[in-house]
Amino acid sequence: MIASGGIGDVFARARAERRAALIPYVVAGDPDRETTLAVIDALTQAGADLIELGIPYGDPLADGPTIAAAGQRALGAGIKFADSIEIAAQARARGAAPILFFTYVNPVDHYGAERFARDARDAGAAGAIVPDVPLEELDAFAPPLRAAGLAIPLLIAPTTPHARAARIAAASSGFVYLVSRLGVTGARREPDVGWVAAEIARLRTTTQLPIAVGFGISTPAHVAAIGAVADGVVVGSAVVDSYAGSRGDEAAAKVGAYAASLRAALPSRG
Amino acid sequence: MSIQTEQTPDARGYFGRFGGVFVPEVLMEALARLEQATREAFADPAFWSEYEGLLRDYVGRPSPIYHAERLVDGPHAPIIFKREDTNHTGAHKINNTVGQALLARRMGKTRLIAETGAGQHGVATATIGAKMGMQVDVYMGAVDVERQALNVYLMKLLGATVYPVESGTRTLKDATNEAFREWAARVEDTFYVIGSVVGAHPYPYLVREFQKVIGVEARAQILERYGRLPSDVVACVGGGSNAMGIFRGFVDDGAVNLWGVEAAGHGVREIDTAASLNAGSVGILHGSRSYVLQDGEGQVRDTHSISAGLDYPGVGPEHSFLKDSGRARYVAIDDDDALAAFHHTARREGIVPALESAHAIAFAQRLAAERGPDGLIVVNLSGRGDKDVRTVAALEGTEVLK
Repeated sequence: MIASGGIGDVFARARAERRAALIPYVVAGDPDRETTLAVIDALTQAGADLIELGIPYGDPLADGPTIAAAGQRALGAGIKFADSIEIAAQARARGAAPILFFTYVNPVDHYGAERFARDARDAGAAGAIVPDVPLEELDAFAPPLRAAGLAIPLLIAPTTPHARAARIAAASSGFVYLVSRLGVTGARREPDVGWVAAEIARLRTTTQLPIAVGFGISTPAHVAAIGAVADGVVVGSAVVDSYAGSRGDEAAAKVGAYAASLRAALPSRG
Repeated sequence: MSIQTEQTPDARGYFGRFGGVFVPEVLMEALARLEQATREAFADPAFWSEYEGLLRDYVGRPSPIYHAERLVDGPHAPIIFKREDTNHTGAHKINNTVGQALLARRMGKTRLIAETGAGQHGVATATIGAKMGMQVDVYMGAVDVERQALNVYLMKLLGATVYPVESGTRTLKDATNEAFREWAARVEDTFYVIGSVVGAHPYPYLVREFQKVIGVEARAQILERYGRLPSDVVACVGGGSNAMGIFRGFVDDGAVNLWGVEAAGHGVREIDTAASLNAGSVGILHGSRSYVLQDGEGQVRDTHSISAGLDYPGVGPEHSFLKDSGRARYVAIDDDDALAAFHHTARREGIVPALESAHAIAFAQRLAAERGPDGLIVVNLSGRGDKDVRTVAALEGTEVLK
């Protein structure tokens, strides 16, 4: 049986160690299934607390060119929705860090929300992020996932009004995902650390959930700055980039070294 | 009847089960503000009077109707063209960009962005941007940039910047993705001028409202000249804005048959098609639920049509609603038949239609023979074919422009 993979445990352990959780993102099947499994192992060994596993989609509206291209590589390798779930199950069975899926509404809709909830739970996954399902459409897909005990962290953006942010936080489970700046995923712009700190402080008055921050976080310095104020730091495109063009052990070595540098940059909090 | 109560989308942006808002959170506030601005503008007579003034003096409306007498031999229903090809910039697209640019200015935005496939919507956005002194950035698939060099140059001439999109299939679908991403990155000063009745609410609704002038004019013109309503209204459908515009004038006239003509490409049973309503299934693309050409995994398929403007895997949600309710019917015409209608209309009527509109003409020719002299068929001639001359010449082995 698979060890506990709950998101609550992830943040509780990081908090006990007086630091933020490190949450890297990779695309399932980029560039192939075996490499993804080796990369997840390497991320786990490098100290990743939770791994976001992207289920590839050809039209990812929330993603920049790096993750879009990774998705195309995975689709080109023939990765199906069920393969992504199977990769998660295999990774968990061999001791990987907890896994959170990241995908889009259309593939979930086609796979079926109930089937996804059941299979994700059986795979030992901790939850799912579906960024193009806003609060208003949540009822159409969230209930089966909640019933299966899966967390559904929702995104709050710099454009989200305060009252709406509070409603989003209230509807989130696992953690609240704060987007560090305008735009899509990718490393083109610096995260706005001052705004992030102020927004986290405001959110803490409305929610008890951990707050993780992502989008545009690509260097150890970013991790240090965001890790000083947030409960979790999500690094996506830069992790994908760190092993792009490599496969197997070579990819694992590259991503492991990069993740270790991020992990080492997480500041200790008093 | 139920159609009438469903003509305006509900508060969540649904036409029946189609539509909605499926976008990343970063765009939700922008869409909410757009909806509010749209509601206020639509209730303001001064807004419409400025819009109508521009349509009259700048676009050249009302566009005429014209009896295409030599199109069909033998007993047949008269075919009447609604001449959107006579508009400034040569297509119906400008009706929409004028309206959205006025909305943008009202909202205090200084920069317009647009996606474009064939380049017609990009040109129409660049045109109104030049007139109103706004910065215009256009996103266009790299494949289309190559295919439509003339329109790319035209947009530059009008002061716009064209960004080739290298992601995905490098066509209209990907250009639309990129325009949404760019909007997410610069949502404060930027207005996204979407080119069809697609996207997240309120876009399908507001684009339809800016295109309905086609149908309102056509209905009055037909009644005045023929003293009766048409038996049939025919329009091509890619995203579906010209069709939605002309349908809007007749949707309450239950006896008028509404026909949307999709691009079958090499055939609707083939992989190479762009006929979302004929060959697609229900899915979510570019922010709304509608019919989509996709595989069983929800991955959007590559499309093909000889006409770049119809080469799109989705369709406006209101068309999906009209299809399911039975109020409109959707057929498909393949590349060969559209090309034949293109040539036939040029030779018989002295009008070179856009390849998009040629799909509608091809279907209307058949329908006219079927209906016989008692029928009366209105075809939306959505654009002129100058932009397609190079494509058609190349198919015949002639290179007119490098």
